[in-house]
Amino acid sequence: MIMGLLEELPAFAWILIKIVAILIPLLLGVAYLTFAERKVIGYIQGRIGPNRVGFRGMLQPFADIIKLVFKEIIIPVRSNRYLFFVAPIFTLTPALIAWAAIPFAPNLILANINAGVLYVFAMSSIAVYGILIAGWASNSKYAMFGALRSAAQTISYEISMGFALVGVLIAAGSMNFQDIILAQQGSLLNWFFIPLLPLFMVFWISGIAETNRAPFDLAEGESEIVAGFHVEYSGVSFALFFLAEYASMILISFLLAILFLGGWLSPFEGIPGLDEWFAWVPGLAWMLLKVSFFLFAYLWLRATFPRYRYDQLMRLGWKVLIPTTIVWIPVVAVLVKLNVGPWFS
Amino acid sequence: MLQEYLPVLIFIIVGLGLGVALLGVGSIVSPHRPDKQKNSPYECGFGEFESARIPFDVRFYLVAILFIIFDLETAFFFPWALALTEIGWFGLLAMGLFLGLLVIGFIFEWKKGALEWE
Amino acid sequence: MAEIRNYTLNFGPQHPAAHGVLRLVLELDGEVITRADPHIGLLHRGTEKLAETKPFNQNIGYMDRLDYVSMMCNEHAYVRAIEKLIGIEAPIRAQYIRTMFDEITRILNHLLWLGAAALDIGAMSVFLYCFREREDLFDCYEAVSGARMHATYYRPGGVYRDLPDNMPQYQASKWHNEKETEQRNANRKGSLLDFITDFTERFPARIDEYEKLLTNNRIWKQRNVDIGVVSADRAKQLGFSGPMLRASGVEWDLRKMQPYAMYDKMDFDIPVGLRGDCYDRYLVRIEEMRQSNRIIRQCVRWLREHPGPVIVDDPKVAPPKRVQMKDDMEAMIHHFKLFTEGYCVPAGEAYAAVEAPKGEFGAYLISDGANKPYRLKLRAPGFPHLAAFDEMTRGHMLADGVAILSSQDIVFGEIDR
Repeated sequence: MIMGLLEELPAFAWILIKIVAILIPLLLGVAYLTFAERKVIGYIQGRIGPNRVGFRGMLQPFADIIKLVFKEIIIPVRSNRYLFFVAPIFTLTPALIAWAAIPFAPNLILANINAGVLYVFAMSSIAVYGILIAGWASNSKYAMFGALRSAAQTISYEISMGFALVGVLIAAGSMNFQDIILAQQGSLLNWFFIPLLPLFMVFWISGIAETNRAPFDLAEGESEIVAGFHVEYSGVSFALFFLAEYASMILISFLLAILFLGGWLSPFEGIPGLDEWFAWVPGLAWMLLKVSFFLFAYLWLRATFPRYRYDQLMRLGWKVLIPTTIVWIPVVAVLVKLNVGPWFS
Repeated sequence: MLQEYLPVLIFIIVGLGLGVALLGVGSIVSPHRPDKQKNSPYECGFGEFESARIPFDVRFYLVAILFIIFDLETAFFFPWALALTEIGWFGLLAMGLFLGLLVIGFIFEWKKGALEWE
Repeated sequence: MAEIRNYTLNFGPQHPAAHGVLRLVLELDGEVITRADPHIGLLHRGTEKLAETKPFNQNIGYMDRLDYVSMMCNEHAYVRAIEKLIGIEAPIRAQYIRTMFDEITRILNHLLWLGAAALDIGAMSVFLYCFREREDLFDCYEAVSGARMHATYYRPGGVYRDLPDNMPQYQASKWHNEKETEQRNANRKGSLLDFITDFTERFPARIDEYEKLLTNNRIWKQRNVDIGVVSADRAKQLGFSGPMLRASGVEWDLRKMQPYAMYDKMDFDIPVGLRGDCYDRYLVRIEEMRQSNRIIRQCVRWLREHPGPVIVDDPKVAPPKRVQMKDDMEAMIHHFKLFTEGYCVPAGEAYAAVEAPKGEFGAYLISDGANKPYRLKLRAPGFPHLAAFDEMTRGHMLADGVAILSSQDIVFGEIDR
């Protein structure tokens, strides 16, 4: 038994190294996404954003992290101490572990499981528990409002997200991320965002709502419920929520790129001339480019749009997005059955 | 088959560990000077009138119930979507029937006003 | 069975949407507001009482601090009340300057309002765009009075001094090199009037920018249309004034109805709303900014061509020239007397009102013949608006409450006084 474990040790170590190799770039990505957010929104608003720490403010995220770590963690008197402490972990962990099944480039994936889509979907759903626990444990009205709003919002948009996903599964015929990307091979026209355009939009909007980002940031709604579910959190415990939010933003962007924009596939595929020209670009670069686009869109939307009201948000979810998906799923199914080209031939 | 899930399991442990570690570091290095004002729940600078935990809007339950129904439907759709190429037109029509029932239920809810918030 | 209770929630003063120090006690049924109880007084500084202890001319500075977003308009009402009591009239050039600065103030106020209202509804970029323009207007304040907000520029009998011939300049720094500074100073080469002309030419395009972001934005419309509706009759009963009243469809503007300063010579329109909801209030204020811009242009044109005195030549009311003081004993004494004990105002009472950006701002002054007011009563337009908050929000959601509050353009400086 022990001998057997020892034999497995290198395998374990290898897995651990791979996990670290995912987590460190991810956390760095989160750090610089916060920086990018402040810079991009700054420039949109005619400001310059942070520019004091390091070269052009490049070290700002680290300054923020250090500041947050050394801040007091305040535990409100009437809160449930343990739940209050556990909630940020419950939010952060699912946002991180979902990355196990995300392919970054051909075969660059930690766990190439055949139900990858389901796994990621499940993990992104679990995150709502952390928010609910946080709001409940705080025992503060604003936190409670935030938690309730967030829970109702997340689960409502999860349905439309799930339905949009069904469309992708029909089109790809697999739940494995690699297979889904490979199913979009051929040329730019084969990417799923063309035949599944309504589902793509639904998934995109739902993704923004799932991550509680503007214009659907009602759970934090600065001007209404102050900071919503994490109003009582400070220091590291707040940082964990922050980390989770940004990690899920990147995750949603990856999902959008994988499910609808052909993941690591080059947009010049199948175009004679250009295809060879860009052959040297690694798949990872295309992937990151697409992801950056969606991340930028997150920031862009935040700088542009006013916030929805609660009932309007629910109406959009239930009365616009879900009906759209319900209509489009049979359409996709029939398209696939009839082998309509170029996508399903 | 299950072998592929091993990294996932390890990742879950690492992910939990990371959260715990960060919180641990934070609570060790950060100061801890509680006082009455600081530890009171946030209510815009005034003492709260009552506990935050009073019964809340019934519509939230409604949303939760609707969610369970629809999420279950989604779960039924997943295997069907994968097997669509194998189950032929019969499978497609069968699911069409299922979807039709779902739509009828959905229209019923809509008309009943379960989706209204005001 | 448990008793069904409503949530009672403290909203403010420590709240991003409390517009200063408003404390609202909200009774909520879910997220629906069933009762809103505004608590005021957290910014009470006793301005009216303080005014009784100071000579007339030393109170002007307090007026700036009432509605600290429309400083000069407050001064205008107070100064006009004193002028009525003494029976003097400011020179015509001063009247034009006042008209121009009243409108500059109106734009300042509406810009802050627009930014804050948009921010409350979540459109945060507009806030910073508005502040970009406000910056230029503050420079105008600075050029005439030396202060960027609390100007104390209007004086009984005129204004403190004539419009300057040069503008304050930016200086190169670590963050802005010579070339950039040159660009930033490009429109500051000439006189204040040149600077204002330049502003009035740029400004309409800027309003279009805000409108592009908001007016036809679906989310903005969903959040504002049919929120906080007040009918025309009800608005009159509630004592509304200014854009709040006009948005409800009542064509009432003191600048037209009881013209003061040079408004009877100005060519401008009053925008009027149709439904009296938050969206109308938004549209009315946007249009008012355009009209203000028009008025400023007319004033600038007149001011360029008609130099003249800007304050009455009466040493009992207006301080003598600095140069004169150097070698004229009498001027020196006048100056000393004026700035220590002020002047006695004939006994009587006077009410002067101006169309401040928020509505009718009035100063009711009673003098018993001393050098200090016997009583000063200020009519703050925000007060009746806030008083109607409960009525306007009932049945709306929490987020609408925020939208309604910001549509009222509340500033606590004037409400708490």
